[in-house]
Amino acid sequence: MLSPTGLKQRSDFIQSLRLFFRQRDYLEVDTPIRLPVLIPESEILPCASGNWWLQTSPELCMKRLLAGGATRIFQICHCFRRQEQGRLHAPEFTMLEWYHVGWDYLDLMRECEQLVVELAFACSTLAGITDGRNILRDNREVRLTPPWQRLTVDEAFASYTDTTASAALAEDRFDEILVTEIEPHLGWDRPLFLYDYPAQLGSLARPKPDAPHLAERFELYCCGIELANGFSELVDADQQRLRFSEEIATMRKHGRAAAMPETFLRDLARLNDTAGIALGVDRLFMLFSGAFCLDDVLTFSTDELF
Amino acid sequence: MYSASDLRKGLKVQIDGEPYIITEFEFSKPGKGQALYRTKMRNMITGNQFTQTYRSNDKFEKPDLEERTMQYLYSQGDEFHFMDTSSYEQIFITREQLGDNINFLVDNMEVQVLFFGDKPIDISLPIFVNLTVTRADPWVKGDTSGTDTKPVTVETGYRLQVPPFVEEGDKIQIDTRTGDYMTRVKE
Repeated sequence: MLSPTGLKQRSDFIQSLRLFFRQRDYLEVDTPIRLPVLIPESEILPCASGNWWLQTSPELCMKRLLAGGATRIFQICHCFRRQEQGRLHAPEFTMLEWYHVGWDYLDLMRECEQLVVELAFACSTLAGITDGRNILRDNREVRLTPPWQRLTVDEAFASYTDTTASAALAEDRFDEILVTEIEPHLGWDRPLFLYDYPAQLGSLARPKPDAPHLAERFELYCCGIELANGFSELVDADQQRLRFSEEIATMRKHGRAAAMPETFLRDLARLNDTAGIALGVDRLFMLFSGAFCLDDVLTFSTDELF
Repeated sequence: MYSASDLRKGLKVQIDGEPYIITEFEFSKPGKGQALYRTKMRNMITGNQFTQTYRSNDKFEKPDLEERTMQYLYSQGDEFHFMDTSSYEQIFITREQLGDNINFLVDNMEVQVLFFGDKPIDISLPIFVNLTVTRADPWVKGDTSGTDTKPVTVETGYRLQVPPFVEEGDKIQIDTRTGDYMTRVKE
């Protein structure tokens, strides 16, 4: 349970997030967190709520708002993912998600840089920040001054492993190698964008026009920790239906319920080029606070609920 | 059966017919990727350690482990004999398996013996034991360089540092986790 000081720091941090987006003409939205159908994602386990589900991310409803004519929206909300509990995971956590119609994933990387720089300046009294522009972790200073490092997934495998991304995928070892051999090195000089994922690892991301085997997807890393995941959104409803069918087939093979989000696909047909990103609010606040684990910065950790 | 999501530090699982205890554990998962359960384990019989990453659908047998209250009877060579206080069944455990625990074992002491199936593999001692000092040299002030302790030997042959006022024949309390002197016991 956070102390009054911790609560104040967390509140100030979230208010600074809001201010950043409001100053940039983003509209804050609040979409339902309890839904009859979710985006089919085979690696994310949702929590049931009656016959419905608690959201694993606000993506589905937010994209429908964009299809309905909204152009810049953001949301700070709680998301729920079953069986995710660890130093950097909590089954209920706070997500910041924002979308910008007309942009692609490169535009979002630049906005991400500005967001974290402005936020660090606004929260410069927190223990994990030095001079209002560096993150201090494990006695190392990570400079936030842009431009940050950019590394493709293929380059990362070449630099840190003795295999390739496609070979790792074929052996079903992509995530394991990413987590154990690559992630620990990422984002210690400056934060780092890992980008251009194999297309099959970005089921909601647009394929690269000149290299359709890659998806326009990136992940932001700082101090070896994954902070955010962004895409140029896939807005082709037919292609999206195909990708969802594959996910649903995998989920059913594992005995999980899954349904096609038909209303979402109907609305997606009206969506123009858009970029969107989800950022783990608790993780960024953890880095800013110089805290060891997520539980130290949550208002209540899971253990504290019993 | 345990599944990977049950894994945590301190959990005991059975792999290839042998019991293991998880000594380090970390849950990892790329946001959109697979859940990975990274563990370090110790074989509870051989003491060998290894690290392994498991996936969500990995399953583990529960090892057949049982703790029984037993009384230490006597030692013969490298065999230390114990008796089950309810069934009166007798077993022995080797010196090698007991390790440092033999420093604190005295006749009739009650301990918890851990069995894997019908095989004793470990014992846990009471946290504090009282042992009699069998040898203590007189302390000469200034003898030791600035440390106000002296070495003594207790009835099990174990040697440790104690304050200067402890004398031969005294009973002292020792913390079995650290092997350190706690206090002198008045009888």
